[in-house]
Amino acid sequence: MAKPLSHRMLSFAGKALVVAILGFIILPAFVVTVASFNDKAILSFPPQQVSLRWFYNAINYRDFRAGFHNGMIIMLAASFIALIVGAAFAYVIDRYNFRGKQLLEALLLAPLVVPHFTVGLGILILAAQMGLTRTFTVVVICHVILVLPFVLRSVYISLRNLDHRLELAAASLGAQPWRVLFTVTLPLLAPGLVSGWLFAAILSFNEFTASLFVTAQRTQTLPVAMYNYVREYADPTMAAISVIFIVVTATLLALANAFLGLGKVLNVEQAR
Amino acid sequence: MLSRPGRASVTAPTAASVEAAVRLDGVTKRFGPSVALDQAWLKIGRGEFMTLLGPSGCGKTTLLNLVAGFLAPNEGEIFIDGSLVTDVPAFARQTGIVFQNYALFPHMTVASNVAYGLKARGVGKDEIGKRVADVLAMMKLTGYEARKPRELSGGQQQRVALARALVIEPKVLLLDEPFSALDKNLRGAMQVEVKEIQRRLGVTTIFVTHDQSEALSLSDRIAVMSAGRICQIDTPEALYRRPADRFVASFIGEGSLLSATLDRMEDDSATVSVGGRAVTVPSAPLAGQSPGARVDLFVRPEHLQVTTTGDAAFEGEVAASIYQGDHVDLYVDTPQAANGRLMMRLAARDAAGISGAGSKIAIAITGEDAVAFPPAGA
Repeated sequence: MAKPLSHRMLSFAGKALVVAILGFIILPAFVVTVASFNDKAILSFPPQQVSLRWFYNAINYRDFRAGFHNGMIIMLAASFIALIVGAAFAYVIDRYNFRGKQLLEALLLAPLVVPHFTVGLGILILAAQMGLTRTFTVVVICHVILVLPFVLRSVYISLRNLDHRLELAAASLGAQPWRVLFTVTLPLLAPGLVSGWLFAAILSFNEFTASLFVTAQRTQTLPVAMYNYVREYADPTMAAISVIFIVVTATLLALANAFLGLGKVLNVEQAR
Repeated sequence: MLSRPGRASVTAPTAASVEAAVRLDGVTKRFGPSVALDQAWLKIGRGEFMTLLGPSGCGKTTLLNLVAGFLAPNEGEIFIDGSLVTDVPAFARQTGIVFQNYALFPHMTVASNVAYGLKARGVGKDEIGKRVADVLAMMKLTGYEARKPRELSGGQQQRVALARALVIEPKVLLLDEPFSALDKNLRGAMQVEVKEIQRRLGVTTIFVTHDQSEALSLSDRIAVMSAGRICQIDTPEALYRRPADRFVASFIGEGSLLSATLDRMEDDSATVSVGGRAVTVPSAPLAGQSPGARVDLFVRPEHLQVTTTGDAAFEGEVAASIYQGDHVDLYVDTPQAANGRLMMRLAARDAAGISGAGSKIAIAITGEDAVAFPPAGA
């Protein structure tokens, strides 16, 4: 039986809306990707001829190389520190009741509502007081603060979903607390830990606003290097480095998906 | 009645406590201002199947968690096999627990789940393999070693949980409503199986449930609990025939309350009358009441009979007659019943003469297991 015309129109409109939304999400990346293959020194779209010269340029540009290198170091340091600190705080908040618990939660999640601008400026002022400007330490500290809420949320949700009775069962079977932690708690928290780390890593690598304040020439990250580049030049190198950026991030996600399943990592998989 | 040994016996285990597999001496557990378990005294014999029965929130799970060592009591002492374990952590108590949801480790195979407790104890690899194989064979799980818990049915998961708890040869097996997640047919079969294994291994068992029929059919003894207190500890039969108080009477089996008058109090028994007919009841629940007092008589549905001779205690009008195959449940409206209606159970052939709703019948009290309680609120 044919559906009424109004139903079909609604159904079509719905599909069109979904396509439009997806289109808008993809469009910027698409335009940049196409523009990066330009053969001329202008950011025209669509390009007249295809060329990889801007990719060579981006890869060989000294500041980008340094920025990538710095960004990786900062990302690894910040994400691992945030993972350990965030997981520890998540554990404490999940398992213990104490005075000021809500305040602690609010403080730890505060970087979500405080502009990165403010965090960066504040840390810059503090760093100047302590004579730490132009060091990696201050950038890492800044990034840890900014990505901590994401690790915390991710691990906290995993802890909430963890059946406490599994740990009780393990204990009653004779397992001492450290054995319970390493054989039951941590393996079951792995998806939450990995997703928390992944978010932290991606956010750290992409972070720009606060990094602009706390980095120096020697410690500048890739987004900051890109910003400095764009202030002086306007050629498709920017588009090319953006594409490289997207590819690196997508690769990280794909790796996570391959090893753990994206559903699991993002905590959206059903119980069975 | 509960015996309450003096505090002197708390510090040094006496000869009697060595006999008990589990002993609780005045154990109290509070969560903030609320008392989850109030002064629990309990002795469980070796190999005994003891059930903690009561509605949710009565403290039965708290008691189980205290024995397992998952909670620490605010007052009182806990002994397992005669040794004081109040401050011993859960991992050193040698209890095996089966949870309602089984709590199998989802990231481990069946074999690893069962081997977990042995590994934690540092048992040698060969011996682990042998003992795991033995217990899996006993639980009819041979061939499932490499499966993950989610690949098993509910019944199989329960067997794995039981195997995991039993393989460490626990001093006490703790069962926390293990059957309530199973469907009805499987539940009956698993109950028989668990009871059989428990008896064969002779393992002391504490079983927590809110299901009275489950408790009656499995237990050696039952501790009926309400609002954090143990109301009565007795065999299933004694609980059914001589409930110590109104709560136990209403929680175990069915029955109706009739208004009665206390005639005479003696040492062990008392006489109450309903409609001029005398009924003998135990005197203990009526302690403190004097002759002439109004009391509530608790009668089981099978102890009320329709009569045509002159021995009727009172009359009533049939409100509903429900055919149950081998018997018929009659709901009868009568002013004699405490809430205006009572229930009686007749053998199918005795009910043949009852014409159904609206007919007037004369009712006699038969049997010797009636119990009287002081009126509610007194």
